[in-house]
Amino acid sequence: MPRQFTPKVVTANALLEGDVVYLAADGSWTRELSRAELLTDEADAQIRLIDAQARVDEVVGVYLADMTEGENGPEPTHFREDFRRTGPSNYRHGKQVTA
Amino acid sequence: MYRYDAFDAAFVAERNRQFRAQVERRIDGALTEDEFKPLRLMNGLYLQLHAYMLRVAIPYGTLRGNQMDKLAEIAERWDKGYGHFTTRQNIQFNWPRLRDVPDILDALAEVEMHALQTSGNTIRNVTADHFAGAAADEVADPRPVAELIRQWSTDHPEFQFLPRKFKIAVTGSPNDRAVTAAHDIGLRIVANEAGEIGYRVLVGGGLGRTPMIGKVIADFVSGDDLLPYLEAIVSVWNLLGRRDNKYKSRIKITVHEHGIDAIRDLVEARFAEVKPEFSGVDQEMLAAITAQFAPPAFAERSTELFDAAYETDPGFRAWADTNLTAHRAPGYAIAQISLKAHGATPGDATADQMRAMADIARRFGHDELRISHEQNVVLPHVHKADLPEIHKILKAQGLATANIGLVSDIIACPGMDYCALATARSIPIAQSIATRFDELKIEHEIGDLKIKISGCINACGHHHVGHIGILGLDRAGVENYQITLGGDHTEDASLGERTGPGFSADEVVPAIETVVQTYLETRRDAEETFLETYRRVGMAPFKAALYPSKDKDTSRNEARANAA
Repeated sequence: MPRQFTPKVVTANALLEGDVVYLAADGSWTRELSRAELLTDEADAQIRLIDAQARVDEVVGVYLADMTEGENGPEPTHFREDFRRTGPSNYRHGKQVTA
Repeated sequence: MYRYDAFDAAFVAERNRQFRAQVERRIDGALTEDEFKPLRLMNGLYLQLHAYMLRVAIPYGTLRGNQMDKLAEIAERWDKGYGHFTTRQNIQFNWPRLRDVPDILDALAEVEMHALQTSGNTIRNVTADHFAGAAADEVADPRPVAELIRQWSTDHPEFQFLPRKFKIAVTGSPNDRAVTAAHDIGLRIVANEAGEIGYRVLVGGGLGRTPMIGKVIADFVSGDDLLPYLEAIVSVWNLLGRRDNKYKSRIKITVHEHGIDAIRDLVEARFAEVKPEFSGVDQEMLAAITAQFAPPAFAERSTELFDAAYETDPGFRAWADTNLTAHRAPGYAIAQISLKAHGATPGDATADQMRAMADIARRFGHDELRISHEQNVVLPHVHKADLPEIHKILKAQGLATANIGLVSDIIACPGMDYCALATARSIPIAQSIATRFDELKIEHEIGDLKIKISGCINACGHHHVGHIGILGLDRAGVENYQITLGGDHTEDASLGERTGPGFSADEVVPAIETVVQTYLETRRDAEETFLETYRRVGMAPFKAALYPSKDKDTSRNEARANAA
């Protein structure tokens, strides 16, 4: 039986700053996970991924990251994505500063 | 110290000019990321978890004051006000923007620094004993030959696309502080029976996924044979190395698969071919380089000021007892500046701290600083009479932590707080351990104990050779930490042994406390170090303390089995 598709967001790093970015529903890149588009359909997710990977002058290292649906938008299921969302835990100078 | 000649300056300027153009082409879309990535890596630029990271080489860990000042300026102007000193005697800036990197490289070039070959499948920054030129136990200063190797390996046309990265470390002392046994090539300067200086060459050491202690390929290689011999080793591996499998591509696997004797034969044969190509120019260059590393003019002065402070100031005394090492010149000391304040990030220094250290080096330390693989800063030549004043300045900067070699002097890689390869965090574990033992106020009682933490199997935190090693892994989506005991990074290098199942992030600090308490209860006396105790009693008591219930279950099962 094929594995059931779990919800995902398209994520990458911005080419110029290196910041973690997420693909929003309007096709723009956002730095806030809460504004990312949660993709619940596998075919849709693959198309969004392919389109995003073509935007080579904006982002680097595009991939689909597992998420669940939270009250304030997508929530990470793995601690790595949680750190990518918030920034390093030893200083409050990643995204925490502007969050 | 070595100063760039016109060739060096022109070479670095040209490489920087090329990279500036490459960055522009990447930004305007002429280069794809696949095309750009190997180019940026050749210049030390990574893309990490949250941002780009620029790794700047500090060749053989040696810095002048103005170079440290420049690192401070870069930290403030283009980063977030600090830098991270690494186990390979580099500094990493965690937040540069792509557009700024060419300017940062030009700024570095102003003070004869660069980021060349700090990444990619090339010969990386050559590391050396951080007490080079100062240590009382030194046979010869390893830095001149390290500089020669840097010049030979930089842009070496045969070695720009090696099977994998290649790391060389050099020690000039029998007490190995450069971890030479855990490098692709480790060089130990030795004197033969005739009193001539040469090199014992180790090959195939390395940590990472498959840790190996280096094997001696040659007991004594004379100075004029060294570069051709190194060239022969790298050349043999360049052909034999497993380019088909990234995990088997390092020379340690090549040596393991073929055996050291077969590799030695191949290297000898290649050496015979290569040697005639070396006309002796390398030895002329080495002589010129060596002259630049002439020791500073040491002064004869009274140490009364030191003695008085030592008697009257307990804070100074504690610092002097832990952070000073014997110097070769009378009245002088090697002072280590701990970048391990309890609860702080191991290896990090702020721009202000960098400037303070640069200033101390200029005023009191013959303008010399060193970065140790243990992520501390060293003042290699300071007169004892100046130490009370130095200590006062360090204290004001939060740099006077008296913990060198103690339980809180922890090596930690950046881990998942920064690194894209990491499988778990390292820094918060180091912070928690240091804070905990500071609360217990027992680290001076514990004595010599090296904890080393890596956030993935690549082992940048040297966990295999820590007296206590900690390896952070991802176990089914949860951070999990394996503990190893009995590793040793010195001339008697050994790999630590796993205690058993790993611990969660919440459990790992109490587990380390258990290991240390077990040591304190087991040691013969206060003189017996953790490593000595471990080598005497083995893993059993530590295991019993760490896994009590499981141990009871096992003994119950054994009893049942015996009864049946």
